[in-house]
Amino acid sequence: MGPLWLLALIAGLSFFGFVLGRWKSVVLSGKGRGSLAARPGYYGAYVLIWTAMPALLILVALSVAKPFLIEQTVRTNLPEQVLANAAQLSLEVSGVQQVAAGLKLVTPEELEDIRIGVVAARSTFARHGLPLGQDVKPYQLVAAAALNLVSDGLDTAVDAAVVAALGFGLIFAFVRVKPRLRARNLVENTVLALLIAASSVAILTTVGIVLSLLFQALQFFSMVSPANFYLGTVWDPRFAAAGSSESGQFGFLPLFWGTLYISFFAMVVAVPIGLFSAVYMAEYATSKVRSIAKPLIEILAGIPTIVYGFFALTTVGPMIRDYIALPLGLGTSGNNVLTAGLVMGIMIIPYVSSLSDDIITAVPRSLRDGSLALGATRSETMRQVILPAALPGVVGAVLLAVSRAIGETMIVVLAAGVAARASLNPFEEMTTITVKIVNQLTGDLEFTSPQTLVAFALGITLFVITLGLNVLALTIVRKYREQYE
Amino acid sequence: MTEATSSLSASRIGGSETRSISKLDIGLKRRYAAERRFRTYGLVAVTIAICFLVALFGSIVAKGYTAFQQTRISMIVNFDANIIAPDGDRSPAAIMAGNAFRFDDLIAASLQSTLELDPNDEDALYDGLDLLSKGSAPMLRTMIAKDPSLIGTKRNVDFYATGDVDSFVKGSIRADIPESQRLVKDRHIAIIQKLEKEGALRLAFNTGLFTNGASTRPELAGVGVALVGSLYMMLVVLVLSLPLGVAGSIYLEEFAPKNRWTDLIEVNINNLAAVPSIVYGLLGLAVFINFAHLPRSASLVGGLVLTLTTLPTIIIATRAALKAVPPSIREAGLGVGASKMQTVFHHVLPLAMPGVLTGTIIGLAHALGETAPLLMIGMKAFIVEYPTTPFDPATALPTQIYMWATEPERAFTERTSAAIIVLLAFLLAMNSLAIILRRAFERRW
Repeated sequence: MGPLWLLALIAGLSFFGFVLGRWKSVVLSGKGRGSLAARPGYYGAYVLIWTAMPALLILVALSVAKPFLIEQTVRTNLPEQVLANAAQLSLEVSGVQQVAAGLKLVTPEELEDIRIGVVAARSTFARHGLPLGQDVKPYQLVAAAALNLVSDGLDTAVDAAVVAALGFGLIFAFVRVKPRLRARNLVENTVLALLIAASSVAILTTVGIVLSLLFQALQFFSMVSPANFYLGTVWDPRFAAAGSSESGQFGFLPLFWGTLYISFFAMVVAVPIGLFSAVYMAEYATSKVRSIAKPLIEILAGIPTIVYGFFALTTVGPMIRDYIALPLGLGTSGNNVLTAGLVMGIMIIPYVSSLSDDIITAVPRSLRDGSLALGATRSETMRQVILPAALPGVVGAVLLAVSRAIGETMIVVLAAGVAARASLNPFEEMTTITVKIVNQLTGDLEFTSPQTLVAFALGITLFVITLGLNVLALTIVRKYREQYE
Repeated sequence: MTEATSSLSASRIGGSETRSISKLDIGLKRRYAAERRFRTYGLVAVTIAICFLVALFGSIVAKGYTAFQQTRISMIVNFDANIIAPDGDRSPAAIMAGNAFRFDDLIAASLQSTLELDPNDEDALYDGLDLLSKGSAPMLRTMIAKDPSLIGTKRNVDFYATGDVDSFVKGSIRADIPESQRLVKDRHIAIIQKLEKEGALRLAFNTGLFTNGASTRPELAGVGVALVGSLYMMLVVLVLSLPLGVAGSIYLEEFAPKNRWTDLIEVNINNLAAVPSIVYGLLGLAVFINFAHLPRSASLVGGLVLTLTTLPTIIIATRAALKAVPPSIREAGLGVGASKMQTVFHHVLPLAMPGVLTGTIIGLAHALGETAPLLMIGMKAFIVEYPTTPFDPATALPTQIYMWATEPERAFTERTSAAIIVLLAFLLAMNSLAIILRRAFERRW
């Protein structure tokens, strides 16, 4: 049975268990339900939990373990000289898996022919619609046959274990249903455990991000030293041909410079516009203007970044090239730092403006009233009383915006270019950390070359930078909020 | 403020009324000017932001609205049995097999009769064929295979014009630039004009845009397959992130004790909401594809990654909605003897549901437009066939836009903009739904 059938069986039997448990509790309590320790539905749920949970746990555990067991089987069946070549091992394992898939397709007569060597396995597989890249070697056939045996055995074992767990759980729980059984407590504790598990998914995600990035990044750092990576000024990874040991230069600094330079331009656009519109919204706008303009500005935050990227690529980039860069003789490319920065700035305006708006309105009314009562104009109140009081919060908002600019991908992929260079001319092509992550992971799929693994080193660096900025910003904003609460 | 005080004190010391008032006036004038300036800065900032929005939408709509129409050339095709099924076998398999070029002969014949060409003038025939999409012969073939009874009849068939002809008819390739730089030559223009006069060439609604998959020919490319991929992903995201997000927030908001651990989870969720989405893509690549060996470019994997990116948004929204339910509801529930769990699930959660749904829809809308993580897990693929299950290779609307955005042809730029309009229309619909839900069910306590 496939896993979907097993899941369907589990669902069906659990529902059956629910009905059965509820029915038994009702029957046992006779007509007066008062003698039950919980409402009948809880007895049903009790049986349901006992039926479904053990079976699900077994199914998940065995499904997770299966690939490891299969790989182990393949390895034990491979000859010594193949095992000795560690670099090719994962390739060999997937080769054997393909052969195993092929062996399942052929008829018994053909299998016999392949075994005694009358026909080539490759051509037979191809006839059944499974083209192989290479001829099948004899040891692969042996390993594949063993693999098929083990995987069939495992499938049967999973089926049997799940069915046994279902039956056992159902009967066990059904027998235990008695009027005095405190079914509700048991059910509620299980639900609470599920709630806790759900809330820890957030933690698991973070742990997953850190571990998966770190693991691959460490592999990269075993090939390229961290000093060369973080202090290198040349980015030239070379083309990653499969199996080639040639490695280029992975200098992080030009990418970092490009990232910072583009983010700088984004901030030059976003901070004044965002801050001034927040001030206007909070202080001057009539409620009618506010109710129209504020959602309009916030639409900017809801537009997917790919749309901004396309806008930069087809509209802003050519415009800056034709009207500014070419006449001044500063650059010839539509992909440049200024385009990416400008468009990214537009995207970030609402982040700055809505956070600053919240923060400005959070400044206590008394400060504002006091200043106005002393005869200060509204702009004086804003500049000399409210903004200084709101400054930490505004700084936090800007830091959050910077972190968003650094991590932004699609705009820079489409508009900033791919040339890694550190220059001051904003009309030149430059590239960012995120662009290189995308570039290095497109095409080549082998996770053994530094050309691919560098993406994970870049990824964890990006993660650490943005995490640091976020923690800092959120701490500042939180401190600020507490100050006025 | 300082000027005001100083001029006031000056008036007191000086004692002269008129002098102090005039001095006060001068100060006020300056200060009011500053006030007006400040106010104008604010107004200008708001205006600039809104202008950006208008420019963004304007440029995309201006580039894309033409893509909803497409140039068709309708000709009468003689479904000649001798050409289609020379051996007399009219089964769909036999029609799909064999030499595909025989369908070109059908098109050539109908083109010759439509344009009233001399059958021996091969150059004119090839000029005419240049106008038709290279996908015309396969289109004819599938058409006949689907309905073999066409064989032997004469039928009017709508053919697609090539992307360049389409751009010319819509006016984006102009006739007044020198012929050598123009993709549509003078001899083609003559044929186009002739066809237009006969009524054979016209603009029709572009249904292919919504039903076709990826294609290297712009006239045959559409977002249909990508839409299905996005739909599958949204289903996965909804099925996973709604229960997970709601369950997690219920624990954090209603049950969790206030301690270091829950504090850590809280900080963690806020940070996850701000982690760059490309990092989630790397996580998906390393965990779901490299470690768990799930199929590459499957919408299932895309859905899983997007679930992780959406989860923090949904948790934050759900917690806010739960927090908004007044404590008196909980106290009343507990007071009449309900357990904590019963109070939460029977009373608090239903009351918070509108807020939860609004947050979920906004989270889904964000996930729909997310591109970078999908590039990481290989959803940037050339997919022609509709995926039938979430395990099949698929592509998504934003990645389709990304792939088209880098194509140089004018017809692709137009289609990219049209795809963006489709994407934005979906986002608009989802956000409107969220607003309507909030308006209809929101309760003020």
